[in-house]
Amino acid sequence: MKFTCLNKGNGFHLPPCYVLHVSGFRILLDCPLDLSALTVFSPVPADFCPSLLDESSNCSFHESLNMESKSAKRHKIEKPLDAKDLIYAEPWYKTLKNLHIWDPSFIDIVLISSTMGMLGLPFLTRSKGFSAKIYATEATARIGQLMMEDLVSMHMEFRHFYGSEESDSPQWMKWEELELLPSFLREMAIGQDGSELGGWMPLYSSVDVKDCLQKVQKLKYAEAACHNGALVIKALSSGLDIGSCNWTVESPEGNISCLSSSIFVSACAMEFDYRALQGADLILYLDFSSEDVIEDVEHHDNYSSPTTNNLSTLSDEDNWKELNECLLRNDESIEESKKLAFICSCVVDSVKAGGSVLIPLSRLGIVLQLLEQIPISLESSAVKVPIYVISSVAAELLAFTNIIPEWLSKLRQEKLFSGEPLYSHIELMKGKKLYVFPAIHSPNLIANWQEPCIIFAPHWSLRLGPIVHLLRRWCGDRNSLLVLEDGLDADMALLPFKPIAMKVLHCSFLSGIRMTKAQPLLKILQPKIVMFPEVLKQQINVSKLNSHSFSVLYYNENETLDIQSFKDNVDLEISTNLANRFCWRKLVQNNMDVTRLEGQLLIDESKHWLVSGNKVSDTSQNRPLLYWGLLDMGKLLTILSKMGISGSIEQGLNDAESDSVGIIQIHGPNKALIEVRATRTVITAPDENLAALIFEAISTLLDGI
Amino acid sequence: MAIECLVLGAGQEVGKSCVVVSINGKRIMFDCGMHMGYDDHRRYPDFSLISTSGDFDSALDCVIITHFHLDHVGALPYFTEVCGYNGPVYMTYPTKALAPLMLEDYRKVMVDRRGEEEQFTADHISACIKKVIAVDLKQTVQVDKDLQIRAYYAGHVLGAAMFYAKVGDSAMVYTGDYNMTPDRHLGAAQIDRLQLDLLITESTYATTIRDSKYAREREFLKVVHKCVAAGGKVLIPTFALGRAQELCILLDDYWERMNLKVPIYFSAGLTIQANMYYKMLIGWTSQKVKETYTTHNAFDFKNVCNFDRSLIDAPGPCVLFATPGMISGGFSLEVFKHWAPSEMNLVTLPGYCVAGTIGHKLMSGKPTKINLDKDTQIDVRCQIHQLSFSPHTDAKGIMDLVKFLSPKHVILVHGEKPKMVSLKERIQSELGIQCYVPANCDTVCIPSTVFVKAHASEMFFQSCLSPNFRFLNESSEDTSDSILERTNGKSRLQVTDERVAEGILVMEKSKKARVVHQEELLLMLGEKQHEVQVAYCCPVHVDNLDEARRDHISADDVLGLSNKCSWLQQLFTELTTDFPGRNIQNLGEHLQVESFHVSLCWKDDCPYRIIDSPRKKLAAVFFCCTWSVADGKLAWQIISTMEKCRLTVQNLNQNTD
Repeated sequence: MKFTCLNKGNGFHLPPCYVLHVSGFRILLDCPLDLSALTVFSPVPADFCPSLLDESSNCSFHESLNMESKSAKRHKIEKPLDAKDLIYAEPWYKTLKNLHIWDPSFIDIVLISSTMGMLGLPFLTRSKGFSAKIYATEATARIGQLMMEDLVSMHMEFRHFYGSEESDSPQWMKWEELELLPSFLREMAIGQDGSELGGWMPLYSSVDVKDCLQKVQKLKYAEAACHNGALVIKALSSGLDIGSCNWTVESPEGNISCLSSSIFVSACAMEFDYRALQGADLILYLDFSSEDVIEDVEHHDNYSSPTTNNLSTLSDEDNWKELNECLLRNDESIEESKKLAFICSCVVDSVKAGGSVLIPLSRLGIVLQLLEQIPISLESSAVKVPIYVISSVAAELLAFTNIIPEWLSKLRQEKLFSGEPLYSHIELMKGKKLYVFPAIHSPNLIANWQEPCIIFAPHWSLRLGPIVHLLRRWCGDRNSLLVLEDGLDADMALLPFKPIAMKVLHCSFLSGIRMTKAQPLLKILQPKIVMFPEVLKQQINVSKLNSHSFSVLYYNENETLDIQSFKDNVDLEISTNLANRFCWRKLVQNNMDVTRLEGQLLIDESKHWLVSGNKVSDTSQNRPLLYWGLLDMGKLLTILSKMGISGSIEQGLNDAESDSVGIIQIHGPNKALIEVRATRTVITAPDENLAALIFEAISTLLDGI
Repeated sequence: MAIECLVLGAGQEVGKSCVVVSINGKRIMFDCGMHMGYDDHRRYPDFSLISTSGDFDSALDCVIITHFHLDHVGALPYFTEVCGYNGPVYMTYPTKALAPLMLEDYRKVMVDRRGEEEQFTADHISACIKKVIAVDLKQTVQVDKDLQIRAYYAGHVLGAAMFYAKVGDSAMVYTGDYNMTPDRHLGAAQIDRLQLDLLITESTYATTIRDSKYAREREFLKVVHKCVAAGGKVLIPTFALGRAQELCILLDDYWERMNLKVPIYFSAGLTIQANMYYKMLIGWTSQKVKETYTTHNAFDFKNVCNFDRSLIDAPGPCVLFATPGMISGGFSLEVFKHWAPSEMNLVTLPGYCVAGTIGHKLMSGKPTKINLDKDTQIDVRCQIHQLSFSPHTDAKGIMDLVKFLSPKHVILVHGEKPKMVSLKERIQSELGIQCYVPANCDTVCIPSTVFVKAHASEMFFQSCLSPNFRFLNESSEDTSDSILERTNGKSRLQVTDERVAEGILVMEKSKKARVVHQEELLLMLGEKQHEVQVAYCCPVHVDNLDEARRDHISADDVLGLSNKCSWLQQLFTELTTDFPGRNIQNLGEHLQVESFHVSLCWKDDCPYRIIDSPRKKLAAVFFCCTWSVADGKLAWQIISTMEKCRLTVQNLNQNTD
């Protein structure tokens, strides 16, 4: 079994990417797209804005702007970054460079754990020779498809602006041009050693997206997909977002759990189903979410000390209960809802002050909660402003979230059982509190436009989509508010919109397992081996981890680890009708029973099965086929004479010599000869009958099976 | 171990479905229904047969409900809240959402309208539903360490599922009610090809073969349209869930197409609420309906509005959906009283009505008067249309499913005895599968599958993977020859690769059974193989050998002769014609068939030569044959061929020149 971490990712929007090689299958886990790298490009220049309203017009035509910025770049003086430093070209998209090293035709299986892990998939599926089977949950596949379609539709704006000239290597990718970039941008574009340049790709088309989706096998949570009989693949809810999952792979080599970023108590998505990961042989710990979180470890350690310290003194059952309670404590969800409440209060403040609020459409779970809570906050403070959701896929996305109770948290499911809509946005739309528009230039939006307002719009990179135009409109208004999620370099993201007077609210949401919970979790899961990221070694208490029954291996980015198989023996299931035909033979001196076994070997549900084959074995096969031991010539003669066969020893066997030959001459009923060596006996007889009789006599003296 | 199947309900009848199956020590109750035809103790399954002590928690590992119809879920609140079962109960999401509506509706009808003593309260229902664990289709649920269950789409009604249960190596499927053909809003049943010991299937239509539904749908639309066009009122008494939505989709769609403006009403409360559920659960409907969620949810009926009591006597045509379905009371009865006397109006009836209901009376004959009670009599002059679409599979569907799953045993439930018996005969004769038709309270025992578990060595697996090719020359006389083969040559080579896994199972005290390759066994024992072979130096007659010998006396020359005459080659030709199915190899110095090895023998004192008559010796050359005892049969056949055959000294004259 081999395991390679191709990329450790970066937060929620760039999940890690791995290759796992097990039982002869190469499995790729996730295929994300580094969309934060989009910030090296300039958004569509302002004068192109098709926006409905008067824009502080920037008269310079984009060509001249380009010229100007170029000349500025030539000065080669490192000064603070300026909007003009950005690349003015149709953006390309950055895929993971390490993935390019892999020949797509070598991949057998792709597992997608979240919508974010899916955005790079069309690049892979359209490449030559790609024939892998892709597995994703139904919800992830649907939402992922909408996200990709939205990306394609937002990108069209660039196409319209720069013209649709297809080029294999655009101007900005030429080495001379890259040299001119400020070092910071250059590093973002090509990496420290220039190796990342190959990762840039022109965006896929909607046809690519469609083709890609056709290759995806959509699964329910905990649906067992049997791949080639050898692997059983299951998606189990991870709680991170709607449809996101942790994969388990059962193989003849052992059971593997791929533990991606997970959230124990989540407000929207179905909760982290960690109990289903129990009993895995290997856990791949793929959650890097706590890497950059400088958690007040001390505080948390104290917080959880009553549970961790007393563990040893408790009985197993109590221990178990306590561990579970520790994991499911809702402190995290309370924290998260506090954050949301804070955002709501900031929104209300801005609106009250006459400013508008801009919220990038990013994490679906968070957006759905805000869409529900902001109207409540507005109502309670008696403010009436419209909420707009502007995206080409918003209507479908919102409709979709209302028909998927099976993918939501227990709390949301209660709504189904009590007959209420899963989310309130349908009611809000009916009540004219919430409006959904496909684009910023939709006629209905223009007709409905009202300021101040609250807008949810893509894209969170602030380079694409309606948000660019809205940001330009409001960035100078100090009463307006932009809610930005962490994980994006805010300075870089806001560069084209500077100077900025509007308020920017940075917020970060829980996007994985807290380190304090990682330990009790692993303790509950009781794997044999845990693969743990080296970068997180500092954060987890190694000594505590090692004191458990499992061993911990550490891995680094771009490093292939060989994992010894954790099963010495492979199991075989033998059907009863085969077992009924067993002819046991007792080997007294070895104290064992042996029997010959024959059948047809099948591999199904990651197990080996031996069933009676189509060939019915004839009765003569019941005779042993394998003999061992020494033949005693004297005894043989005795037995032969009992059978009515007379003979005499012509030449004795010399035990000392290894190649000595003993010869028995048979006189009656017919002439025959038996030649005896240490490991070989040769019967010579004139007819089948006599040969068979002699053989029968011999077989009683040898051990055989 | 065996599988024991105790039928508590729906044995040779329709109603109170309930089957308790013990499978490898785990006990599962499938469905917990009530019988609508009885008011006494026969209404519920006889739970005392499960546990006489009443300790159901230890007697059962779980309860599984297939769908929300009362004959499948009706007794559940009684079982959990009154009998006190506290273990897990599994249903699909829609069943969990919709079952309480059905139960509450039933309770109300029983208590409020008929004034019966209630068997369970509204609180019982909600407490019962709280215990239910909702499952998704295909989700593999691990009930405990050994018991695994999984739901498959069954059609029939929203959320209906067939359930698969597996304990150890034994597995079974309980279908509940299902439909093998898609209808207006639901898809057809769908299941994987599973290895099953037992299939328990419904058999409502055990002998009926149904034609296309579309004709019946058209007929329904036609009578409704005719009635409203003439200004009449249409009363559709129906179950709140399922049928109402199906007919409504049908009508709503028809109204759109025909641009009809006649109002369609839903009687207040229940059905509107039900539509809410249907909208959220649209993912459980057919593909076609499911896809409508983005543009216009198919359960957002455009032409449907709420009905108000005051509209009963309002003039003008309309269509009204009202509960309950069999006009057994409630609102549909109230409306029926008003509308039945006019011949302009139309009442549609569901396919099946329980005896004693007005629906049943209307179906049996054409009554002109119906006595409601002593004082009330209704004149019935309206038209009656009987709906005949049923969401159950027909006989063909049952046979198809049984054939597809090919279980080892089939049990039929939920049907009428004579029809079930005839279906049983078909299953046994046509499919060769053992089939049972137990009555209520009967137990059926069938053996369960067990696999023997063993460790197996790497070498064993390797040896299994090695190919086992067999080459067969098939002559062109074969009847199956095509044009291609004829042009390609006279015979074709057939290659088979039947891999046979051979190994040795070893049992040692206090160790798990191990399967090894035979060479590994010797290693384990520290022994060497002792080969037992048979040898036979076989004379083969050669024509005019004496003549040749006379001319060439020295042994060298004979050797030279043999090379030129290639006796081995001649023998090869002989053997290939005599043993066409065998893979005989000519390896130059010797021939090989399986372990049979033959080569020319020049030794005069070959120890394996046991020849009595010296005459033979003169006219023959000798071939030394050895083989291992396993191939004895074949070897002796070859020997006898060899002893019979004649070789020649070819081109002798030419050689001597």
